Amino acid sequence: MRFLLIGIIVASTTAGEVLQAAGMRRHGEIRDFRPGAIRRAIAVLARNRFVIAAVAAMAVSFFAYLGLLTIADLSFAVPATAITYVLETVLAKYVLKEHVSWLRWAGAALVICGVALVSL
Amino acid sequence: MTHEHARLRVKTWSFAVVVVFSNVFGNFFLKRGMPPSLATPLAYITVLFHPWVALGVLLMIVWMLSRMALLSWADLSYVLPVTAVGYVFVAIVGKVLLNEQITMQRWAGIGLIVAGVALVSGGTAPQTRAGPSQ
Repeated sequence: MRFLLIGIIVASTTAGEVLQAAGMRRHGEIRDFRPGAIRRAIAVLARNRFVIAAVAAMAVSFFAYLGLLTIADLSFAVPATAITYVLETVLAKYVLKEHVSWLRWAGAALVICGVALVSL
Repeated sequence: MTHEHARLRVKTWSFAVVVVFSNVFGNFFLKRGMPPSLATPLAYITVLFHPWVALGVLLMIVWMLSRMALLSWADLSYVLPVTAVGYVFVAIVGKVLLNEQITMQRWAGIGLIVAGVALVSGGTAPQTRAGPSQ
C-alpha cells in the first residue's frame, strides 16, 4: 500500500513541478511584491494553462501524501518521494531546456544518494 | 551585470529560505495533526479542518506560492537541489519534536544532501536561461 501511494506521489509530483516551472518561466520574473501586484500576478497565473495543470497534479500528489502520512513515519515519507529529483533534473534539461552544468549534476547526484541513505 | 547577478542571488536566497521553512513546518504540522487512519473518502476532507492539519495546509500554500515566485526566475535544476536542504530540517524536526529515530545511516545521508546543496548553490548561478520578461 505504501509503495502504491509513493508511485502515485512520484508521478504526480514530477508532472506538477515541471509544469509549474514551465508556466512560471513563461510568465517571467516576479519583481513587484506589493499586495495589489501579487493579487494581479495570481489572477494572471490562474489563467496560465501550465499552472492550472500543475495545481491539479499537485492536488493529486497532496492527497496521496496525506494517505501516506497516516501509515508511515515523516522521516520515511518525505525522503522516499525523492526519486522525483532524478526525473525532474532530466526533464529540466530535455523539456525545459535548462543548461544543467556538471556541478548541478554532481549536486543532484549527491542529494539523491543522501536521500536514499536517509530513507532506506 | 555583476550588480544584476548579486541582486538575483540575494532574492533567490531569501525566497529559498521561505520555501524551505514553510515546507518543513508544513510537513511537521500535517504529521502532527493526522489521525492514525483515514477510513473513508470523506475523512480526507474533514481532516483538513483539524487545527494542526489546517495550519499545515496554510504553510503548504505559502510554500507553493513562494516556490512559484522562485521558479519565475530561477532554474528548476537549481531550485531542486538547493531546497533539498529541507530534508535535513525535516529529519531534525522529526527527531526533536516527534521523537523519531535518526540512525548513523540517516546522518550520513544528511551529510551528502548538505554537500550537494552547497555544491549547487555555491557553484552555479540561479538562472541559465532568461525568461520572456528579460
